[in-house]
Amino acid sequence: MTSTIVFIALVVVLVVTSSGWPEVKEAFFNREIFRSSFGEIASAFLINVKIFCIAEAIVLVTALGVAVLRGLPGPVFFPVRLLAIVYVDFFRGIPTILLIYLLGFGVPALQLSGVPTSELFWGTVSLVLVYTAYVSEVYRSGIESVHPSQNAAARSLGLSHAQALRHVVVPQAVRRVVPPLLNDFIGLQKDTALVGVLGVVEAFKQTQIDQASTFNFTPGVVAAVLFLLITIPLTRFTDYLVARERQRRQAAGVAA
Amino acid sequence: MRRLTLLTLCVAALAVLAAGLAQGSRSAVPGCGKGSLDLLHSGQLTVGTDNPAFPPWFDGVEKKGSTFKTSNPYSGKGYESAVAYAVASQLGFKHSEVTWTPVAFLRSFAPGSKPFDFYLAQVSFKPVRAKAVTFSNSYYFVNQAVVGLKGTKIAKVKTIAGLKPFQFGVPLGTTSYDYVVRYIKPNSSPKVYDTLNDAVTALKNKQIDGLVVDFPSTGYITAVQVPNSTVVGRLPSKTNEHFGMVFKKGNPLVACVNKALAVLTRNGTLKKLERQYLAGSGPLLK
Repeated sequence: MTSTIVFIALVVVLVVTSSGWPEVKEAFFNREIFRSSFGEIASAFLINVKIFCIAEAIVLVTALGVAVLRGLPGPVFFPVRLLAIVYVDFFRGIPTILLIYLLGFGVPALQLSGVPTSELFWGTVSLVLVYTAYVSEVYRSGIESVHPSQNAAARSLGLSHAQALRHVVVPQAVRRVVPPLLNDFIGLQKDTALVGVLGVVEAFKQTQIDQASTFNFTPGVVAAVLFLLITIPLTRFTDYLVARERQRRQAAGVAA
Repeated sequence: MRRLTLLTLCVAALAVLAAGLAQGSRSAVPGCGKGSLDLLHSGQLTVGTDNPAFPPWFDGVEKKGSTFKTSNPYSGKGYESAVAYAVASQLGFKHSEVTWTPVAFLRSFAPGSKPFDFYLAQVSFKPVRAKAVTFSNSYYFVNQAVVGLKGTKIAKVKTIAGLKPFQFGVPLGTTSYDYVVRYIKPNSSPKVYDTLNDAVTALKNKQIDGLVVDFPSTGYITAVQVPNSTVVGRLPSKTNEHFGMVFKKGNPLVACVNKALAVLTRNGTLKKLERQYLAGSGPLLK
């Protein structure tokens, strides 16, 4: 505890006494600009929250689908497995910002009738594609971590492959992967800022507008605070879920 | 023999001194010879601008292997390139003593040391911006203008009030954004793009109805980038908006550049360059 306090104090002193500090303080921690830009950035942040909520709900389902397809047994399903592998390799392998750029500016350029040109739509679609690839791998690792005997036992009781997955394997798998799942969702939440390249005025874009207008970087600090306000409680909440799960399992073990 | 050598030395020294004086006196601005200036690299004027640098601000054919794309700032062609060289020559710099360095707009006002003596990339003066950097006096007074696609509804608009129902796009960090928000006040808020190129793409894709940019930039857009676009109209100047060169806060070099700009304004050079590079016309919206 003491060592922590001493360390933090040292860092603070080092920063505050550096020759560039007054300039940095004025440029990054200007109270007046913080207050005046907060409202605008906070309302732009609602767009990030909206993209995040929609994308997360879809990703949770589609990613599980991809993971299950990739785990289908037997040579008959080889093409399906291959497709799932190619999908994951492709969308995990390209930079998210590039995909957003390509879909957001590329598809509307085709001028197809009936195909939406909304940036918000294509930005969200890109995020869903990329994060489905990431999250499906998380699910897959969870599914593969469930001992094969569980599946064998379920099948020997007469459950089909689908039933065994639904009632035995997936529930255990999902519980195990909650922390890495959340990790990816924090990533998703931050990546919503990338949709700004399409001209959508979300929190980061609003930050840039304010920065460019005032030549001051304080609005960036405002956006950082807003993102942290969401991500930190989310992390603590997962920690709590994980701890509760562990306690339950231990309690069950004792009772048995 | 020995005396002769001494004499030769003496003459040589005098010649060098005279050359030095001549060099110093080449500056048209008193007290601002290049030797007396506090520069990033002594004897060199380092000028920053955005990359790619576009016509009509920068022209000339892109040089192979150069970091600068689309145009060549070293060409001295294009309004801002020409102005920079005119200022440099007022301060006594030869063409070869001017170095261009690509600098992103955001970096131009980040705190700390700057990679340029001054930066010019159509940066509008604003009092709040002047808290972070030092601006030179104006080298161009600017109007905003609306670009739309030919044959679309926005192309028929004649008044500012008539612009309200349309979706606008603007490049990030521009006074065009301020103009749209403050004076056009459209029903839906404008989309803001990282670069002018992205905004132009959005116009081409019909993701926006109108693009608002400074008027001189419309020439390149309507002629080269989107041939089926047109200048809907110039927007009346509301704020006496002007471009200034950006200096590190408190850089004393600004005083000399301002003197040079004053000379260039007085002798008509700026007007001449403006006519040469920024001519064009469009209806004024009321």
